[in-house]
Amino acid sequence: MMATPSSTDLAEPPSGNPLLEVSLGPQHPSTHGVFRMDVSLDGETVVRLKPVFGYLHRNHEKIAEKCTYLGSIPYTDRLDYICSLTNNWAYAMTVEKLAGLVPPERAEYLRVILSELTRLINHSALAGFLLQDMGALGTPLMYAFREREKILDLFESLTGARMMCNYMRFGGCRCDLPPGWIEQARSVVAKFPSFLEEFEALLTGNEILLARTEGVGVLPAKLAVNAGVTGPMLRASGVNYDIRKVDQYGIYGRFKFRVPLGERGDVFDRYMIRILEMHESLKILDQALREIPAGPIMDPKAKLRNLRPKPGEAYGRIEGPKGELGFYVISDGGPNPYRYRVRPPSLINLTILEDMCLGQTVADVVVILGSIDIVLGEVDR
Amino acid sequence: MHGVGIIKGMIETARNFAGSYTDPERLITVQYPEEKLPPVENARTIPFLVYDGVDAMAGLRCTACMICEKECPPQCIYIVKDQVKKPDFVGKLQVQPKVFDIDISVCMSCGICVEVCPFDAIKMDQVFELSTNDRFGGLLVDKTQLAKPNEYFVKLHKTEASEIDARREEEKQKAEAAAAAKAAAPKPTPAPAPAKPPAQAPAAATPPTPQTPAQPTAAPAPAK
Amino acid sequence: MDTLDQLKTRIEAAAPGAQVEIIPNGSPANQPSLLVDGGHARAIAQFLRDEPALAFDYASNVTGVDWPEKVTREKVKVKKVVDGVEKGVEELCEKKTPAYLEAVYHLYSMANKQGPLIVRMRTENRTDRVSLPSLTPVWRSCEFQEREIFDLYGIVFEGHPDLRRILMWPEFTDYPMRKDYVEADDYEYEPTPHDDVLAKAKRHYPAGGTPA
Repeated sequence: MMATPSSTDLAEPPSGNPLLEVSLGPQHPSTHGVFRMDVSLDGETVVRLKPVFGYLHRNHEKIAEKCTYLGSIPYTDRLDYICSLTNNWAYAMTVEKLAGLVPPERAEYLRVILSELTRLINHSALAGFLLQDMGALGTPLMYAFREREKILDLFESLTGARMMCNYMRFGGCRCDLPPGWIEQARSVVAKFPSFLEEFEALLTGNEILLARTEGVGVLPAKLAVNAGVTGPMLRASGVNYDIRKVDQYGIYGRFKFRVPLGERGDVFDRYMIRILEMHESLKILDQALREIPAGPIMDPKAKLRNLRPKPGEAYGRIEGPKGELGFYVISDGGPNPYRYRVRPPSLINLTILEDMCLGQTVADVVVILGSIDIVLGEVDR
Repeated sequence: MHGVGIIKGMIETARNFAGSYTDPERLITVQYPEEKLPPVENARTIPFLVYDGVDAMAGLRCTACMICEKECPPQCIYIVKDQVKKPDFVGKLQVQPKVFDIDISVCMSCGICVEVCPFDAIKMDQVFELSTNDRFGGLLVDKTQLAKPNEYFVKLHKTEASEIDARREEEKQKAEAAAAAKAAAPKPTPAPAPAKPPAQAPAAATPPTPQTPAQPTAAPAPAK
Repeated sequence: MDTLDQLKTRIEAAAPGAQVEIIPNGSPANQPSLLVDGGHARAIAQFLRDEPALAFDYASNVTGVDWPEKVTREKVKVKKVVDGVEKGVEELCEKKTPAYLEAVYHLYSMANKQGPLIVRMRTENRTDRVSLPSLTPVWRSCEFQEREIFDLYGIVFEGHPDLRRILMWPEFTDYPMRKDYVEADDYEYEPTPHDDVLAKAKRHYPAGGTPA
């Protein structure tokens, strides 16, 4: 088919300089994973940007056609490897829709608690990495990681692993809380606001941050909706669409939390939205940790091995920390899925990377990419 | 004044720096390998096979049912059944594995093999210092390297191990009681003369023991 | 949201000549879909997006599915004349479902917060007539996803602004997600030390038995 478009297709820029072709990546200190951008520059201004990925393509969808439904769950951990529990939940929810299983209430509360903790670790990692891309060289990153470690310790004591948790099952959760987990979680959640205050004192009034992020990478709301952008990036452009409020999957209808919206859709708005979302997650965690009931954690109808849902298809989606994470599974009645598709938020959010970067400088490109919050495990699958 | 934000930020950094000398919350580095973090109870790295008693191969709980090999997502377990059977903890003759290899370079520590094992024979270990110089054979662990005693399992997961031990003890006692009752029962009376109505025959044919031993092959529920 | 029947009549009214069919869904998920033909797909998509009551402005997921030819044998009672008497005889009847590739679109409405509307398009066969109209001019979010379907399944989307391989490298020739895709023998650099994967890979090692 067509070859990669080359700069001979572009018109001569008004300054008269020849266009400079720079390939940012795949190894670069600030591309978030193995991700390459072929950038055409007029001086320092970006004239065209083509993202190139596929370096981490593991054909997860084909592997899932060979594994059973249960065997795909550890592979979903490795999609967006920072937020493994939300990936598990999205897949478990889709297969539950396909097979008609209903998780009990305690399992739903556990899912909400772990999912909001995952949102906290993702947003704090993003805040740290975005600031590192801007040149803060690791200090805010390490402060964020200090908090993250406490939450990862919680995951390890519950699920057995810090990152590849493999915890949700079809019809509930794998194992119940060890004694003392709720108290430890409560203390982590109680100390988190002081970390957020420290972070905000460190950064939010900082003139360098404001100069580098205000007005940079503006995304208008209409383009965002048409390009399928979801998650904090969409809300930073002012569109009020949070799947937790729209679909009310799980038991999110019971929790009171607000949805922060941005005004201008620039990098600063996206960064602040994530900080504000962390505050809202803490509210949800407070409520959930208080209200979690006792009870079973698996649907009694659920089978661990040899699950064969009836032929049909289902699409299930959740509000992951990066955007809408959806799974589309077609079953033909056998033990393996017929078609298994991951709708990756990072990939779809990259669609308008070029539009946001046109006319900005190369340094801004790095900052804009950081604000989209991509994880290559999800982009490439 | 321009620059106030930067100065406020620097005050935070200075507070963290000074605090790292006094506050343990601020200094979180652990000097590995001289200091090690305490192990967490549920952590999982690679599986190991549990054996009871002293002899690893004779006491292995694994019966080569092949369920973990089938369910393993990256297919890293490789089992070959043995033609020779060995008695298990109840005394019944059981199939055993001749070859049980796990390729730990492929194993992704998901723990599904542990979840589906009906015999509590394979559990997750917590060792992580597994480096070796041999990229191919060094990371292929076989039955002898995988077998670890039940005492080790008790050390790792006290509550779960004690539950499993209690259940196995109970089954063992039931089986022993059933075997003893069977040995002590009188021989069944010979069938009556054919002239007798056939309603007598079933009464003579049923064995005198009231309880049937619980066969351990009927998969007991995994301890969770 | 309108039921699918109402939507179908509205679409047929708005895009005359369109062939729209409702495909039911067997699972408890209760997500039936609309099958539209390729010729009117662009017009239907624009109607779905621009009609204020529907306002499906967000294409969430674009998927490719491969349906190879399936032969099913079933016993059918056929009236046949046997020995001069007509009676019902059971015969083994072979039914062939045609092979095609399919593109499935999940549409949502952000303005009206409405649930998924699933639209499908099918190609005529899997070999040479594999083109479908691209819906990227209507929904920009289809851009990368249609490229991925082209890359992994081979459906050619007409009207796509930049159709080239996205996940595989540009010189790759086959379509990996198809059901009849055969992996290259030595695709695993270090295969697991048992299994037919190792046997296949060993055929490519230099004489000596170890990988290069």
